[in-house]
Amino acid sequence: MSEDKNIIKSDKTKVAITDEVAIHISDMNKWFGNFHVLRDINLEVKRGERIVVCGPSGSGKSTLIRCINRLEEHQKGSIIVDGTELTTDLKNIDKIRSEVGMVFQHFNLFPHLTTLENCTLAPIWVRETPEKEASEIAMEMLEKVKIPEQAHKYPGQLSGGQQQRVAIARSLCMKPRIMLFDEVTSALDPEMIKEVLDTMIQLAEEGMTMICVTHEMGFARQVANRVIFMDEGQIVEQNEPEEFFNNPKSDRTKLFLSQILGH
Amino acid sequence: MTKIAYVREKGIPPSPPPLTEVGIIRWVRQNLFSSWFNGILTLFSLYFIILILADFIPWAWGGHWQTKSLRECLDLDPNVACFSVLTARWKQLLFGLYPAEEYWRPTLTFILLLLSIVPILVPKYLKFFWFSAIYPGLAIWLLWGGSFWSVAIVYIGLIFGFATYVILSSKFLKTTSMALSASIVLTVLFYLFFSSLLVRFLSFLLPINLPFVDSLQLGGFTLSIVVGVSGIVASFPIGILLALGRQSNLPVIKMICVGFIEFIRGVPLITLLFVASVLLNYFLPPGTNFDIVLRVVIMVTLFSAAYMAEVIRGGLAGLPLGQHEASASLGLTYWQSQRLVIMPQALKISIPGIVNTFIGLFKDTTLVSIISLRDPVGLASTIRADSKWNGIYWELYIAIGLMFFVFCFGMSQYSQYLERKLKTDN
Ligand SMILES: Nc1ncnc2c1ncn2[C@@H]1O[C@H](COP(=O)(O)OP(=O)(O)OP(=O)(O)O)[C@@H](O)[C@H]1O
Ligand SMILES: [Mg+2]
Repeated sequence: MSEDKNIIKSDKTKVAITDEVAIHISDMNKWFGNFHVLRDINLEVKRGERIVVCGPSGSGKSTLIRCINRLEEHQKGSIIVDGTELTTDLKNIDKIRSEVGMVFQHFNLFPHLTTLENCTLAPIWVRETPEKEASEIAMEMLEKVKIPEQAHKYPGQLSGGQQQRVAIARSLCMKPRIMLFDEVTSALDPEMIKEVLDTMIQLAEEGMTMICVTHEMGFARQVANRVIFMDEGQIVEQNEPEEFFNNPKSDRTKLFLSQILGH
Repeated sequence: MTKIAYVREKGIPPSPPPLTEVGIIRWVRQNLFSSWFNGILTLFSLYFIILILADFIPWAWGGHWQTKSLRECLDLDPNVACFSVLTARWKQLLFGLYPAEEYWRPTLTFILLLLSIVPILVPKYLKFFWFSAIYPGLAIWLLWGGSFWSVAIVYIGLIFGFATYVILSSKFLKTTSMALSASIVLTVLFYLFFSSLLVRFLSFLLPINLPFVDSLQLGGFTLSIVVGVSGIVASFPIGILLALGRQSNLPVIKMICVGFIEFIRGVPLITLLFVASVLLNYFLPPGTNFDIVLRVVIMVTLFSAAYMAEVIRGGLAGLPLGQHEASASLGLTYWQSQRLVIMPQALKISIPGIVNTFIGLFKDTTLVSIISLRDPVGLASTIRADSKWNGIYWELYIAIGLMFFVFCFGMSQYSQYLERKLKTDN
C-alpha cells in the first residue's frame, strides 16, 4: 500500500510542471448503498493529457469516469472539471456535460434519428447552433471519423464499428474539451476494433484530453501519457505506459497484467 | 466404393412450380386444410357462417325503409328488418336535440375536425398546424354559439402573453425565466381585468353571434365525437406527464402520480360519471353552473389519462438506460431529452396500446347515456319511448354499432399504417 502511494506522489510532481488542469479529483468517495465502489480517489488530469484506466471487472473504472460527467453522483470529496466543481447545482452539471464528451461501450446512438441528426441534435438544442451550421460541423466530424457517406442512414443500418465512430463524431460535434471513453471497443469484432482505435489515436494526436477505460494495451502503449490501474475501487498504481507494462510495482498489477497479456 | 468426384455437364433450366403449389389451391391447402383437424374446423366455420348469413341477408336486404311506424312494418312482413326508424330519426341519431335549423353547425364542425387532424396525421401538412391549434376554439364557438369574441379572447390573451414574452425577453429583462414569469403575470391580469371589457368592445364594433345552444341539447354522434375527441386530445399529454411523473426521482411527484393512476384504475368509469353528474354539484358553490358536458369530458379525460400513463410507461421501460445516459452526457436537459430522445421512441413502441386506449375511450363515451345525456345509445331509448317505435332494437343498435365501427376501425387502420411507416423509417 505504501509502495502504491509513493508512485502516485512521484507522478504528481512530474506532471505538475505542465500548465493547465482539466480535471481535478480529490479524496473522492462513492457508495452504491452500502457498497463502497470508489475509495479516496485522487486524480489530476492536465489539459491534453491522455490517460488509460484499466483494472479487473467490477473495480469501479466505469463508475469513476461516469462521476466525471455526473452520470453518477459522488458522496465525498470533490471533482472539479474545467474549473467548475460538480455539485447538485443543475446548471453546473449541464455546463460540464456539454464540455465533456462521452462514448459508451454500447454506442447508445439514438435509433430514431439518422446519423446526421444524431450529430446535430445536441449542438442545435444545447448550443443553439443554427441548423445549417450544425449540419456543416456534423459533416466535418463524420469526415473526421471517415464515414461521411453514412450521414443519412439510421444507426440500425450501420455496422458496430461504424456506429461507434458515429458516437464519437456525435460527441465531437459539441466541441468538447475532454473526452471520456468507456470500453468503446469491447463490444466490437476484431476488424472493427482497429477502425475505432485509429479514430481515437487521431484524436489523441490532435491534442484532445482523453480518459479511456480500455484493455487494449497496444493502444495504451501508443497514446497514453499515463496508465492507471484500479482494483476494488482504489487507484492501485499509475505510471508511464512503458514503465507500467514492463516494470509493474504492485503485486495486484502484476497479476492483472499477467492475466490479460498472458493468454 | 462409390465415386466421389462429380462434375455437372448440363445446367437445369428453371421450371414453374407444380400446380398444387401455386395460387388459390396452394393458399387453401396451406391455410384451410393443412391437417384433417384444420379441415374439420374450416368446414364447421363455413357451416356457421352460412347459417347466420342465410338468416341475416334476407332480413336486412328485404328491410322496410319507408313505413311510418313499427306496427306498419310488422303488418307488411314481420320477418324482415324495419329500417324505417333510421329514415325517420337519423337526424336525431346524428345531432340529438340540436335545433334543426342549426344542423349546419355540427356538420361544419365535423368537417373542420377532419381537416384539422390532417396536419397531425400527415407530416407533409405540418405547416397547417396553426389550423389544428385554432380548431378547438372554433369548434366550441360553432357548437355552443354565443359571441365569437368570447371564445376568440382566449386566443387573443395567448397571443398577448406571447408577444409580451418576446418583447420583454429581447428588450428589457436579462433572463428568460424572469421574462417568462412577468409575461405570465401580465397575461393573467389581462384575462382577469381586461378581457371582458375587450369582449364587450369588440362585440360592439363587430358583432358576430350564433344562437346559443344548451349542452343538454347536444346529443347523438355529435356528443360522442365531442366527448371522445376532447378526451383523446386532452388525455394524451396528461398521460405522458403522469407516466414521467411515475418514474420521477422526486418522491412527492411520484407518489401523487402513482396514487392518481391507481385510484382511477381502481374505479369504474360509471362511478366517475355519476360523480360528475351528481356529486360535483354538492361541492361547488350553489348557483354555479359547471357545464355538464365539460364535467363529463374532464372525467373521461382523467380516466383514460391513467390508462394512457400505464401504456406509455410500458414504452419507457422498453428503452435501454443508455438512451438516457447518452442524451444526458451530451448536455441535454431533462425535458429536452424527454422530448427529443425518449418520448419519440417510447411513444413509437406504445402506439398499439395508445390507440387501444383511444378506441376504448371513444366507445366508453356511450356510458354517458347512464347519466341521461343523449348519446346514440341514450337516444335509442328515447326513440323507443315513442309509441310508434316501441319495441325496436336490432335496427337501431346495428346502425349505432356500424357508426362506431367506422371510427374505431379507422383509428386502428391508421395505427397499423403508422407502425408500418415507422418500421421502414429505421
Ligand atoms: N447502479 C449500480 N448500483 C449498484 N451497484 C453498482 C451499480 N453500478 C455498478 N455497480 C457495482 O459497482 C462496481 C463497479 O462497477 P463498474 O461498472 O464501475 O466496474 P468496471 O470496473 O467498469 O467493470 P467492467 O470492467 O466490468 O465494466 C461493481 O461491483 C458493480 O457491480
Ligand atoms: Mg465498465
